[in-house]
Amino acid sequence: MTTAPQAARVTGRGPVTGDNTRSIVTGSSDPARNPARGRREQLVSWAFLAPFMIAFVLFLVWPIIHGIYLSFTDQSLTGTGGAFVGFANYAEALSDPTMWRSMGNTLWFTVLSTVPLVLIALIMAVLVDRGIPGQWLWRLSFFMPFLLASTVISQIWVWIFNPQIGAANNILEAFGLEPIAWLQNAETNMYAIVIATVWWTVGFNFLLYLAALQNIPAQQYEAASLDGAGPWRQLWSITIPQLGPATVLIVMLQVLASLKLFDQAYQMLGGVSSDTTRSIVQYMYEAGFVGYRFGFSAAISYVFFALIVVIGVAQAVVVSRRRNLR
Amino acid sequence: MTVTATRSIAVPAAKEKAHPRKPGDRPFGPLRIAAFAVLLLLAIGWLLPFLWAVATAFKTETDAASGDPSWIGASGPTAEAFTAIMSQGNVWLWAWNSLATSVAITAITLAISALAAYAFSRLDFRGRKWLFAVVIAGIVVPPQALIIPLFYQMLAFNMVDTYWGLILPQVVVPAMVFILKQFFDGVPIELEDAARVDGAGRFRIFWSIVLPLSRPILAAVAIFVFIGAWNNFLWPFLVINDTTLMTLPVGLQTVISAYGVQYAQVMAQAVLAALPLIAVFLVFQKQIVKGVATTGFGGQ
Repeated sequence: MTTAPQAARVTGRGPVTGDNTRSIVTGSSDPARNPARGRREQLVSWAFLAPFMIAFVLFLVWPIIHGIYLSFTDQSLTGTGGAFVGFANYAEALSDPTMWRSMGNTLWFTVLSTVPLVLIALIMAVLVDRGIPGQWLWRLSFFMPFLLASTVISQIWVWIFNPQIGAANNILEAFGLEPIAWLQNAETNMYAIVIATVWWTVGFNFLLYLAALQNIPAQQYEAASLDGAGPWRQLWSITIPQLGPATVLIVMLQVLASLKLFDQAYQMLGGVSSDTTRSIVQYMYEAGFVGYRFGFSAAISYVFFALIVVIGVAQAVVVSRRRNLR
Repeated sequence: MTVTATRSIAVPAAKEKAHPRKPGDRPFGPLRIAAFAVLLLLAIGWLLPFLWAVATAFKTETDAASGDPSWIGASGPTAEAFTAIMSQGNVWLWAWNSLATSVAITAITLAISALAAYAFSRLDFRGRKWLFAVVIAGIVVPPQALIIPLFYQMLAFNMVDTYWGLILPQVVVPAMVFILKQFFDGVPIELEDAARVDGAGRFRIFWSIVLPLSRPILAAVAIFVFIGAWNNFLWPFLVINDTTLMTLPVGLQTVISAYGVQYAQVMAQAVLAALPLIAVFLVFQKQIVKGVATTGFGGQ
């Protein structure tokens, strides 16, 4: 009985022939046949699992449960409060225009950032994969920003977007355009954050695409080439279709990452809160650590949590439906 | 996807001839030249912001604030911004805090994840299936959603403003358990069976057979956890208020407002904080590239 998943696991892998060999060689690994050995295996298993599971319960499961409890109280950071208030925090959050504004900003940022972050990464990877000389230089320049801390990239872009002496306005002026107060202007600050974010994180998607491209069998290109297909034809009939599954995955990962916007948006504005850039995570932070309202902040966390789960599940459902149709 | 990604890590040699010229590409065809031109433009676009920061860091404060867009300031290049921040701030202390906590987070994450992944991959125990499902479900939990209860917990444990408060909540990474389990699943079981016949215990097998075989993926996961820990902002920003315990990203953030308009110093700090990671990338480029493929695709 207990060996069923084991058998399924082993037969599920191609080259591993272990299942038969295993029962022949060791024989006793089936706990049903050897209760003493089975009990020992249970103990050994828990010895292996314990360190992770203890941390998992302490720092993941328990906070989730405790957070739900907190969201039903008026607990404050200063230790006062803590009385049960029912759904009051949720009612307040759902009727709070700032909450909806933050939600809207978060979704808007997700749309604005995901499109270029996927498209530019695709272009970079396809070009680099053609074997153009200078491989290390391309990888270094596209991926290097991803390694930098949010503090570092924020400072670099605050400097570039400086309204008086920033490089961005130098470029605009070179083209005869009016300078812009990028980060100080409510109409442009979100775009400034998107530009910095694309520069910062596109390298991750670029490397994912590059890995996917390397998994396309070279024979497909060779066959296409023998049939007289040139580079353009190969791109549209082999490369792009073969990248389908990778693109689905990259879009999903990117959407979930973009929804968590906080670090760079918070730091690029120097901690100043703007109605046009405040993300849902930032509102959660402000409610809890600036306004000291832990209960209310916890309620917003669960609205955020729900948003992530709903979008994540929706994506998974769409993907699996598509797969079934094929 | 996952299987392919992990497999390419198991046989690193197989992909060494990466990026051959595709058939049908003429070495100097117009398309290749166009591709090269686009790549060059993109690379310049991606390098410029950083180079501009470096250029500013080597200017005097007066030159930096003058708005003169030339690469070298009127008074010539100078390292005075670097000497200024190194002498006055807590930069070295913060760098040490970052290094110590990131190494601890990486070591603990790797150790506990590998042990659990081995149990899920190889051992028979009651409830294995549902327990694994629970751990996998943990992948979708956004860490940002837990900051309030976690902070509350750190208050209760007296861990606010301590290394442990910084480290412990960061060591639970369910995705790493999943990735390592996927890899262990692909390690031939015959090797272990042979060792068991020779009387080796589970831990011996894990330690002296499975771990050495998993070195490439352990390296990839380790580098990735390390970079994530080194750059993490939100949690260290919340749990550390004591200036002497801050990590580099949090510490730099606090002095930026203090420095105000000293652009050259701010850029010098940014460049200094970036250097260790650029060095890490240059040394571990291959592992990082693989690590992205594994952690990115493997997380699914």
